[in-house]
Amino acid sequence: MIDSTQPQAVRAAVSPVAARTARRRRRAGRATPYLFLAPALVLFVGLIVYPMVRAFQMSFYDWKVLAGATSTYIGLDNYTRALGDPFFWRGLANSGVYMALSVPPQIVLGLLIAMLLKAKSPSQPVYRVLFYLPVVTSWVVASLLFKYLFADKGLINWALADVLHLGDGSTSWLSSRWTALIAICALGVWKGIGWSMMIFLAALQGVPKELEEAAVMDGANRWQRFRVVTVPAIRPALAFVVVMLVIGGFNVFTSVLLMTGGGPGGQTDVLLSYMYRQAFTNLDFGYASAIAVILTVIVFVLSLAQMRMFRSTDEEER
Amino acid sequence: MSALHRTRPGPAVLRHVLLVAGALIMLTPFVYMVATSFKSQAYVLTIPPQFIPDPATVDNYVQVLTTQSFAAYFMNSVVVATTSTVISVLISSMMAYAFARFRFPGRELLFRLVLVGLMVPAIMLIIPQFILAKQLGLLDSLQGLIIFYVAASVSLNTFLLRGFFASIPGELDDAMQVDGANAWTRYWRLVMPLSTPALATTTIFTFLATWDEFAWALTIINDPSKRTLPLAIALFQGQNATQWGLVFAASVVAVLPVIVVFLIFQKYFVQGLTSGAVKG
Repeated sequence: MIDSTQPQAVRAAVSPVAARTARRRRRAGRATPYLFLAPALVLFVGLIVYPMVRAFQMSFYDWKVLAGATSTYIGLDNYTRALGDPFFWRGLANSGVYMALSVPPQIVLGLLIAMLLKAKSPSQPVYRVLFYLPVVTSWVVASLLFKYLFADKGLINWALADVLHLGDGSTSWLSSRWTALIAICALGVWKGIGWSMMIFLAALQGVPKELEEAAVMDGANRWQRFRVVTVPAIRPALAFVVVMLVIGGFNVFTSVLLMTGGGPGGQTDVLLSYMYRQAFTNLDFGYASAIAVILTVIVFVLSLAQMRMFRSTDEEER
Repeated sequence: MSALHRTRPGPAVLRHVLLVAGALIMLTPFVYMVATSFKSQAYVLTIPPQFIPDPATVDNYVQVLTTQSFAAYFMNSVVVATTSTVISVLISSMMAYAFARFRFPGRELLFRLVLVGLMVPAIMLIIPQFILAKQLGLLDSLQGLIIFYVAASVSLNTFLLRGFFASIPGELDDAMQVDGANAWTRYWRLVMPLSTPALATTTIFTFLATWDEFAWALTIINDPSKRTLPLAIALFQGQNATQWGLVFAASVVAVLPVIVVFLIFQKYFVQGLTSGAVKG
C-alpha cells in the first residue's frame, strides 16, 4: 500500500548518520498503525473482549457476588441446570414466539412498502421519513407508549370494539401470556418495519432495469416479475435483513421489561429478561452467565445457518 | 415500470391508498402520545379516546421540567451522548485509518476481532461488564456510562469508516507523503475532511444509540442525580403507574431532539444503513 521506507533508504545510502535516522524512522513507521489502533483497541479489548471471555468462564462457576467469598468451579452444572429449568424453556419458547410473530411481518411489510415506494416521486422522501420515525424512537418511550395503547381502556381496545367491531374491547392485553406477547410483538413490528424498508429500498435501486423491461416484454405479470427478477436481485439484502432481525429478536429485552416486567408471574419472560432477573435480582451470576452463553451460541449458529442457506441458493453471485 | 403506471391508473391509486393507510397506522401512536402529554390525569384513558385534548393543559410539561428534575436528566443525557459520540468517532476513525491504509502483522486478525464485536449482543456481556465497572469504581457515574458506550460503538463505527476510507484513492496519501506529511497529518488533514458524509453517519448513529441506551444505565446507575432520560422515564413510569400525561410529556422531551436530528440529517441515515447492508 504505502511504502514509507523508500526516501529514507535512498538517503541512508549516502551517510551513516542518515542511515541511523532512517532506521529509527522505519521503526517508528512500523509502530504507526499500532499507535492509530491503540486507543480504540485498548477499550475494545478491555471492555468487550475481556468480558466476553469472562462471561464464558463465569458460567462454569457457582459465582459468589460478595467480596471475599470464594466462587467454586462447578463444571457444566449451570448448563445442566438450565436444561432442566422449565422457566428457561419458557423464556426460550417466548423468544421463539417473538421471532415467529415479529420477523415475518417486518420482512413482508417492509418489502411491500419498499416496493410501493420504489418509483421516485415527490412524496417518496416524506413516506420514507414517516415509516422510519419509529426506528429512531427510543425503546423505552416506544415500550411505554405501547403499554399505554394496550392498556385496559386504551386505544387498541377502543379501536377493536368501536371502530372494527371485533369483540367487546374488554381484553386485558398485558395480563395474560399470549395477548401480552402479541402486544410486545406489535411493538417490535411497528418499530422495525422502517428499518427493513430502508434496506430493501436501497437494494431495489440495484435491480437491473433491463431485466425488468425484458420480463415485461415476455409478458410476465407483476408477481412473476417480482419472483423471477426482483427477489434474486435483492437476495443479499434479504439475507442481511433476516439475519439481523433474528439476532434482534433474541435481543428483545427493554420492551418486555417495561411492558410486562416478564409478568404475570414470569409468563412473558423472554430469555434475556429471565437472565437479567437471575443476575440482578437473584444475584446468581454464574447461572445467568450460562444462559447468556447459551443464547450467544444459539444466535451464532442461527445466523451462520441462515447465511449458509442464502449462499447455497445464491451460488452464481459468488 | 413508469410506462406501466401511466397506462394503468388502478395500481397507482391502490399504491397511494396503501401508503397513506400505512403511514397513518405508523403515526397514530405518536399523535396519541403527544395528545396525551397535554391532557390532565382525568382524561388520559377515556372512551372514546381524545386525539385533540379538551381541555388542553401544559401542566405536565411544567411539572416534568420543574418539580420532576427532568431538566437535570436531560443534561445528563446530553453530556453522556455528546462525550461518548465525540470520543467514539475520533478513536474509531483512527482505528479505521490504520486498517484502511497500513499493512502490518496481525491486521486481518485484529479486524476480525473487531467484527466479532458486531455479532455479540451488548446485553450478553452485561454481567462481567458490571463486575468490571464495579472493580474500576465506575458504578453510579456518568463516566461509567460513557466509557462502556464508547467501547460498545467502536466495532460498528470502525467497520463503516474503514469502508469509506478505503474508497478514498491512496494516491492522495502518497502525494502528501512525498511532501513530507506524516501519518497523523494525512489522517487529520486529508482523510478526515474528505470523509465528512461517513463521519456524519457514524456521529448520528452513535449519538442516537447512546441517547436511547437503557439496559446498561439501569444496571449501573442507582444515584437518582445520575439518571439519563430513558432511565428516568422508565423509573418514573414504574413509580407513577398511571400518570400517563407526565410520562409522555417527559417522553416528548426525550424524543423531540432525536426526531429533529433525524429530519435534518436523514440523508446520512440512508447512507449509513445501506453501506452496512449492501457492502457488508
